Amino acid sequence: MLSHLRTMWLVFLHLFHKKETIEYPEEKAPLHPRYRGRIVLTTDPDGGERCVGCYLCAVACPVDCIALQATEDEEGRRYPEFFRINFSRCIFCGYCEDACPTYAIQLIPDFEMAEYNRQNLVFEKEDLLINSQGKYPGYNFYRVAGLEAGVKKKGEGVNEEPPVDVHSLLP
Amino acid sequence: MNTTEHILIVFGVLFVLLNIAAGLIWVERRLLALWQDRLGPNRAGPLGIFIVLADTLKLFFKEDWVPPFADKWVFITAPAIVVASVLMSFVIIPFAPGIVVADLNIGIIFFLAMSSLGVYSIVLGGWASNNKYALLGALRGASQMIAYEVFMGLSLMGVVMLSGSFNLGEIVAAQKNLWFVVTQPVGFVVFLIAGIAETHRLPFDIPEAESELIAGYHAEYSGMKFGMFFIGEYLGVTLISAMIVTLFFGGWLGPAFLPPLVWFVIKLFFFIGLFILLRASLPRPRYDQLISYGWKILLPLVLLNVLVTGAIALYLRG
Repeated sequence: MLSHLRTMWLVFLHLFHKKETIEYPEEKAPLHPRYRGRIVLTTDPDGGERCVGCYLCAVACPVDCIALQATEDEEGRRYPEFFRINFSRCIFCGYCEDACPTYAIQLIPDFEMAEYNRQNLVFEKEDLLINSQGKYPGYNFYRVAGLEAGVKKKGEGVNEEPPVDVHSLLP
Repeated sequence: MNTTEHILIVFGVLFVLLNIAAGLIWVERRLLALWQDRLGPNRAGPLGIFIVLADTLKLFFKEDWVPPFADKWVFITAPAIVVASVLMSFVIIPFAPGIVVADLNIGIIFFLAMSSLGVYSIVLGGWASNNKYALLGALRGASQMIAYEVFMGLSLMGVVMLSGSFNLGEIVAAQKNLWFVVTQPVGFVVFLIAGIAETHRLPFDIPEAESELIAGYHAEYSGMKFGMFFIGEYLGVTLISAMIVTLFFGGWLGPAFLPPLVWFVIKLFFFIGLFILLRASLPRPRYDQLISYGWKILLPLVLLNVLVTGAIALYLRG
């Protein structure tokens, strides 16, 4: 009986405790930098798009919400002709980010993308592309590896040794 | 008291009571939330008070459905009984000197009779639903009511003996010097426990125990029929609080700087808050624990209380 009264008293004291509620629209919950929210396509330091249209994200996607078509520019460099993410299907698992070899596709801490019209949840490339390098500032895929595409000559990349002249190895 | 005044009191009491019962939706949700370190509904209107309006409108627009397997007329009547019987009990409560609907000289007996009628709504509702969970709830409701009605009445006998009247106005007047909670502490505690059981509030809500019986006797009800059970429960809470205030805490009596009605309302809301605190803090006992607790502990206790009170009253008289 006394324990019941003690319980009631302790519960009553909760009236004066700090409340856990976060009053959402006015007050936002802190999101961590690696929170998996809206998907974006980042750009490299020169402002070019990082995506090389390799389809790995579309393959990795468990709900098949990514659609893209790769094409090549005049330098033979691949880029997506269109890039479409259906966010009404997306489960924000982050597999696309893991699969991306060029750090192009990234998930950012933003979840406020509710829409009245379902069709508005289909994001095209111009909606996805942002003018930022995301989580990997200073990274340019073409400076590290890849085809020569007017960015660097062979052997001039970061941490790259010049190619061996096979003719000098002749006996 | 002339007729116009009387009609005004009747409708005034009815109006205020129904509003209190509806307003308790908000009070309960806010208080429960605060006691669980949340904020509760605070969006619609000042402090979220319009949640009452939203809830009521929602209940009105729900489909009012009678299951095809139910006993139709009994099913429809049952929710009305609980509201009617509880509202009838309010007839005898003196809110302030002169503000009482019917100043019956058998007030307490009338209250006990009406609160016993309330169980019919549970039994009939559970029976007419033709659903095993509803029936189990009704069964529990009936046995809980039988067990707790007995010493609910007996716990008030001490008060009746001390004041020498069944009339609630006279009982309040008899507490002019000393509230009966001081002279009848056992009666108060037992009446409080029986009152919680009477209104099937947590922790004694075993007729509707949602974790065991879905919603018990009102599992099949929807729309405003469920709303009637809902309002009936809040009216019951208000009624038991009003009875506790009247019988043990001096009713409208209080220091003169506030009018009697205000004192009554302050005390009333204190006990309504206590009911909500009980819900927030205590777990539900097992069914057999509840019944054996009632018959084996509370009944002997209250009989002893009647015996001792009677002996002392006789001794003091002469």
